[in-house]
Amino acid sequence: MAEDSVKLLGYWASPFALRVKWALKLKGIQYQYVEEDLPNKSPMLLQYNPVYKKVPVLVHDDKPLAESLVILEYIDEVWKHNPLLPTDPYERAKARFGPNLPKTSKKGEEKEKAAKEARENLKTLESGLEGKRFFGGETIGFVDIAAGWIGCWAQMTGEIIGIKLIDAKTMPLLDAWFKDFLEVPFIKECMPPQDKLLEHNKEFHKILTAAST
Amino acid sequence: MASSAMVTANQLIIMAELKLFRTWSSRFALRVVWALDLKGIQYDTIFEDLSNKSSLLLQYNPIYKKVPVLVHNGKPLLESLVILEYIDETWKQTPLLPEDPSERATARFWAKFGDDKVLPSIWNVFIKQGKDQEEAIVTAQENLGFVERQLTGKKFFNGETIGLVDLAFGWLANLLSVWEEVCGATLIDHEKFPLLLEWIQNFADAPIIKERWPPRDKLITKYQAHHEVYTSKGAPK
Repeated sequence: MAEDSVKLLGYWASPFALRVKWALKLKGIQYQYVEEDLPNKSPMLLQYNPVYKKVPVLVHDDKPLAESLVILEYIDEVWKHNPLLPTDPYERAKARFGPNLPKTSKKGEEKEKAAKEARENLKTLESGLEGKRFFGGETIGFVDIAAGWIGCWAQMTGEIIGIKLIDAKTMPLLDAWFKDFLEVPFIKECMPPQDKLLEHNKEFHKILTAAST
Repeated sequence: MASSAMVTANQLIIMAELKLFRTWSSRFALRVVWALDLKGIQYDTIFEDLSNKSSLLLQYNPIYKKVPVLVHNGKPLLESLVILEYIDETWKQTPLLPEDPSERATARFWAKFGDDKVLPSIWNVFIKQGKDQEEAIVTAQENLGFVERQLTGKKFFNGETIGLVDLAFGWLANLLSVWEEVCGATLIDHEKFPLLLEWIQNFADAPIIKERWPPRDKLITKYQAHHEVYTSKGAPK
């Protein structure tokens, strides 16, 4: 597929754009990347995603698609090699349900509660790894790509709020998977620079907690 | 004697091929009911009382403890939209999703938008009052505007026939007017939402769909009780 026909609008610190980058990389799809300056969204972004006005947006043959998990399924259906989802309908259903973690609140006072909820969600994810190297089995699959960002972001959030979210003792499989996953070359290649990301997330957290006081 | 009879009964339940745990009013479970009915699939229904959940439900959905749960050959499936896709992939007659990948992606996008944005914004109108409600109405109507435009030139969201997005928005065809009546706010009118109102009519009266609507008077009673809780002093926000 020619590079011109696939375009990704993203943001360097967006974990959701990262999902799409990983999927495109996994399938060896050439694409044009457009970095959005999020405080100053481009007219193109607003035109392509009028509903949410967010990244990522995948544009294929001039047709824009938004919502990262919807985009992942689309990529999997159009480019069938290196499949993300398994073929069996029940396994597909489990994978689709996989990234379905209840949203946790971020507000300052409810920090302990949010951390507890986050750890519960992570433990649920843990059970999907039993007997497997990746969620996709021997190879990286849909849930790995959908949940991969959590390892890095959970680590950083833990540092920022001062509560450890991933505990190697209670979540040994998840802990091992995060480390393993983030070392896979094409995964590592797409990651934003960690120090820059930590600074960005610290700032973001400040804004969030300021907004709630 | 009693315990071995119970074991046999449980085994029989487990062996039954397809069963759906639902409540009489769950808008999410109703999607699954419609999908199975549209495809002519036989299944057993177990009605749950969510204030007194059955041990079987808790066994199949231990973490979220919610309906719907579809159990197929002993394997539980959760999340109505995930269940709909499973049904569509397992039973190919009367497809709920189109074949073209970008049309499928579009359908998934709108179904998600319905649950992530439209539904919560309308619920917000229902539980709020005064100025807060006025603001909530603006947001809800913005969201509904996007939905309205999706119906341009189409009878159903899926085109000529009912599909996944129609089932996902099914609650608009019954619950919306219940909530409007109970809370006294009008969200959709003929001037701003002619296509949506027409869709509501077509969907509500469609064969198979119309057989399954929960009784309106029961819904009014249920949501009147909810409304009282939310609008009394010191109600949770």
